Amino acid sequence: MVAAGSKCRTCRGPAIIDLPRHNAHFCADHFLELCRRQVVKAIDQFQMLERDDRVLVAVSGGKDSLAVWDLLIELGYQADGLYIGLGIGEYSDVSADYARAFAAQRGLHLIEVSLRGEYGYDIPTAAKATKRVPCSACGLSKRHLFDKAALDGGYTVLVTGHNLDDEAAVLFGNTLRWDIDYLARQLPVLPARDGFPKKVKPLVRLSEREMAAWCIVRGIDYQVEECPIALGNKHLAYKAALNVIEEESPGSKAAFYLNFIENMAPLLAGHSVAAVDGLGTCAQCGAPTTGEVCAFCRLVDTAREHRPVPVELVLSKGRGKR
Amino acid sequence: MKVLLRNPRRELDVPGSRQVLALLAELQLSRESHLVICNGTLVPGDAHLAADDVVEIRPVISGGA
Repeated sequence: MVAAGSKCRTCRGPAIIDLPRHNAHFCADHFLELCRRQVVKAIDQFQMLERDDRVLVAVSGGKDSLAVWDLLIELGYQADGLYIGLGIGEYSDVSADYARAFAAQRGLHLIEVSLRGEYGYDIPTAAKATKRVPCSACGLSKRHLFDKAALDGGYTVLVTGHNLDDEAAVLFGNTLRWDIDYLARQLPVLPARDGFPKKVKPLVRLSEREMAAWCIVRGIDYQVEECPIALGNKHLAYKAALNVIEEESPGSKAAFYLNFIENMAPLLAGHSVAAVDGLGTCAQCGAPTTGEVCAFCRLVDTAREHRPVPVELVLSKGRGKR
Repeated sequence: MKVLLRNPRRELDVPGSRQVLALLAELQLSRESHLVICNGTLVPGDAHLAADDVVEIRPVISGGA
């Protein structure tokens, strides 16, 4: 390899990454500094964390969740991890190994929950049994179990690794449908309420590409392969569409999402409160719900009665739809 | 050069040298959704990859909604 001609914007040393949205290149040290600065800015701007918070990080074994855990520990927060075994075949096995290795190498505490072991189902089976899209069954299960683990463990804040691309893609989808309920809830901080822990997203100012680069530079091994049953979902299509725009006009994703948060979200604030205040309590598990029994308990009741479904069966169905 | 691609994992032999951005364009891969690692080190778009380099083009997009 012949060294790149580009220089770090800060120190003029050899660059390792180009960031078109900043119209700049950075060396490894100053790239890491940029990422830390963006996380601190998000935490401060949106009042995400206090120094004495007990933090639980939802960890998948992928780049974003390991990066946010790494960043928070580096910044001096006390943070444990939570890994949920989704039962998506070898993909889940490998993901768990990355999460465990990260925690073990740093002496961090990782809580593990197994859907099959503790609730009698896995994501492929839940998708088949409930006729849900796999990502829907997965998201529903994770959201419920994240909340439960945080509340049961006495954590004051639940952290997820949602990055700028994730948030921009969800915003794009919600805007295409003008789904006001979802738009009103799409905030980087959701305050604690009865039955819900405080939830924060410290990576909202950083892109997916930047988070992958963080892991590479920091030597963090993570699950690079895509979830086999997420292939072809709408979320990925929205990300691809936004990246076409980003390449033509760098900074578009950040402007789209961050300006929504600054200019539009305040106008929807009243709508968000009304939606949460209308919740009751699940007759089976006590979680907040709009019905008598919450969606998670209904999913568990249906999925655990179904014979286990191999990943390949869900995979071929998903591929056929693309 | 040997080029490792992911999702699905596969390897290509690309003859000659290339600039990183030229290689991505040739393979029709988005700069915004990939990083390039040359001989174990992250490299920017204007780096020149030599014929004997081992290159990984790593996708950075993940799909959970």
